[in-house]
Amino acid sequence: MYSDLTLIWAFIIVFAVFVYVVMDGFDLGIGILFPSFKVGPDRDTAMNSIAPVWDGNETWLVLGGGGLLAAFPLAYGVILSALYAPIITMLLALIFRGVAFEFRWRDPAHRPFWDAAFTGGSLLAALSQGIVLGALLEGIQVSGRAYAGGWWDWLTPFSLVTGLGLVVAYALLGATWLILKTEGDLQRQAARHAWRFGGATLVAIVTVSAMTPFLEGAYFNRWLTYPNILWVAPVPLLVAMASLAFVRSLKGGHELAPFLLTLLIFLLCFFGLGISVFPYVIPGAITIWDAATDRSSQIFMLIGTGLILPLILGYTGWAYWVFRGKVQAGSYHV
Amino acid sequence: MHGPFDALLLARVQFAFTVSFHFLFPAITIGLASYLAVLEGLWLKTGQAQYLDLFRYWAKIFALVFGMGVVSGIVMSYQFGTNWAVFSDRAGPIIGPLMAYEVLTAFFLEAGFLGVVLFGMERVGRGLHFTATLMVAVGTVISAFWILSVNSWMHTPAGYALNAAGQFVPRGSWLAIIFTPSFPYRLAHTVSAAYLTTALLVGGVGAWHLLRDQDNLRSRTMFSMAMWMAMFVAPLQIVLGDLHGLNTLVHQPVKIMAMEGHYQSHPNGAPLILFGIPNSAEKRMDYALQIPQVSSLILKHDLNAPLAGLDTVPQADQPPVGIVFWSFRVMVGLGFLMAGLGLFSLVARARGTLYTSSALLRFALVMAPSGLIAVLAGWVTTEVGRQPWTITGLMRTAESASPLLAAPAVAASLAAFVVVYFAVFGAGVVYILKLMAKPPAVHELAPPHIPVRTAGITPAQAIQPDRTPSP
Repeated sequence: MYSDLTLIWAFIIVFAVFVYVVMDGFDLGIGILFPSFKVGPDRDTAMNSIAPVWDGNETWLVLGGGGLLAAFPLAYGVILSALYAPIITMLLALIFRGVAFEFRWRDPAHRPFWDAAFTGGSLLAALSQGIVLGALLEGIQVSGRAYAGGWWDWLTPFSLVTGLGLVVAYALLGATWLILKTEGDLQRQAARHAWRFGGATLVAIVTVSAMTPFLEGAYFNRWLTYPNILWVAPVPLLVAMASLAFVRSLKGGHELAPFLLTLLIFLLCFFGLGISVFPYVIPGAITIWDAATDRSSQIFMLIGTGLILPLILGYTGWAYWVFRGKVQAGSYHV
Repeated sequence: MHGPFDALLLARVQFAFTVSFHFLFPAITIGLASYLAVLEGLWLKTGQAQYLDLFRYWAKIFALVFGMGVVSGIVMSYQFGTNWAVFSDRAGPIIGPLMAYEVLTAFFLEAGFLGVVLFGMERVGRGLHFTATLMVAVGTVISAFWILSVNSWMHTPAGYALNAAGQFVPRGSWLAIIFTPSFPYRLAHTVSAAYLTTALLVGGVGAWHLLRDQDNLRSRTMFSMAMWMAMFVAPLQIVLGDLHGLNTLVHQPVKIMAMEGHYQSHPNGAPLILFGIPNSAEKRMDYALQIPQVSSLILKHDLNAPLAGLDTVPQADQPPVGIVFWSFRVMVGLGFLMAGLGLFSLVARARGTLYTSSALLRFALVMAPSGLIAVLAGWVTTEVGRQPWTITGLMRTAESASPLLAAPAVAASLAAFVVVYFAVFGAGVVYILKLMAKPPAVHELAPPHIPVRTAGITPAQAIQPDRTPSP
């Protein structure tokens, strides 16, 4: 029973992180693509397509962090002290891009500055998140109940690859979101971005997938030894199929399919990461059961989460429904 | 020994800095969200356009403040882990679930409906829009409920046991953890403070515009509403603060000793020290201006009741007296000035000079930021007064920090926070002041360049009627 609740909580946290990655992913992606859009209506439209939803999207990051503290307090403490620099960089970057939504409208004289803050913040936040992922995959040095490594352990060639990988993947999400939400020149430009960053994302996926098994013996065993390879082979195969479908949807000029297929590719990558690290929350050092909180805390939170999470998904869906359809430039709120 | 102490102090400064900056925004949004709901409700009920104008005027300011609250709040949810890993590990099973409930019941509610409030007026019906405004207002108060529950548990812990790994884990009922002895008082005092802070801001803005133009109906309405709030909430807040203090005397008497500046015990009734220079080296209050017996009267309702002083507390368990003593006096002094403003406004209202008395308007203008200052002073009093503990009597601040915390890393991140916060939020404050400097106008921000539809981000309907969503 105890272990079952821990599994459920691991699933909930992973779910929250996944929702965060795809939802803030597309609005961070728009930030990354922002400088390529023409100053004026094109930029305003791109901004307007995410303005009503971005802070809801970022709330999933708070749930991921808060949920990790609540369900796996040991892991929360160790991971955040180990990845100190990229985490703080991410937080500061998110400040710049978050305030830009309002500030660029309030201060037209400095709009170029806030546009740059929007792009720089989005880019740096995406890069930091990718670095966090890579550093975590490579493993964190733990002694007792605490981080035992140095201040720069997170900086490695692999973590830089995952960092850049996430940047191009977010850009792809942003491009496909704009295909869905815009028309005309901006939409055509978004489609060109989707081609470009779709290719870059595939390269990143292949690179990270090729490097991962050689980071640790456990990963190698999971992916490349018989008979495990038979069980895990469907994941890369499905990625390949989803990528083909993605190419076809772009060629066919579909508006919704590229976005959904990108989401599917993200989901498959998440699945692949899960295969690599399960049942560890800190690979090689701390399992989800080592880090799990008290059973009473698990039950107390599960009751609330079970009741409230569906409601959240419901009204979040409603808010997206309210703002459905194509977006255009024009004035900001109220 | 030099190194770790420095890192610890820097980590404390970093947390104090980021949380103080952050709290300024919710202190405004808690009150402003409710104010927006009242304004929209009045508009729907009376049909008077001035309420809609005021709604739009303050919604623009709300959007800016809320955005800054969101991004500075995300920082807070990670501050526990970066510098305070041991605290996170040991207290996580208790405070983690409460914070998770805050995210689930409050943050999503606010964020989910805020988009509709700001951008959706032309896309949903009036009733639905009003519902969204109410949800945002309710969300801000629910958020206060949970985070103050966490904070109160750290002040007056209850319902816990220690497990083999040294973690505080729940034992018995979660209600005992959520509703710790100091929680009801802290919640009431803090939420009331947020309403008062907002009322003073709104009143100050109203006063500013009335000093320029006595006849602006919208300025009059906001000023009048704000002064009613000051009239009622400021005295209420003094009563709530007194009750909170009495509760603290029972559960955290050392904090009260520091607030009162009582270095010595007073077996025959303690004096109320109005002002003085705390001299912690010599354990005495220099140049004290005091009223005999009155502290015992306030705290024990008995002129001659004995009150213990810091001389009964081991040195290692004492908070820094100077900071607590002074921040408490700043808060209380401002509180009485707010009550004075409320009273002044009542007199002016009775005389019919509410909108014309330049003395009152100037007073209200000067008092505009007083709520924010008082709120910070209050938090400094209660948090510094809890030292040297993070969890009163159970876990010291010194043992809460991440073990390998190195001064250069904490110093670098602290410097980055300071620079970014002052630059970014400084710009935000300038934009807010610019918005406040514009008088509330008739047809507040009806964009002139958009045909047919007056607001919303999607004038597409005007161009493509077939795309108009059904109401």
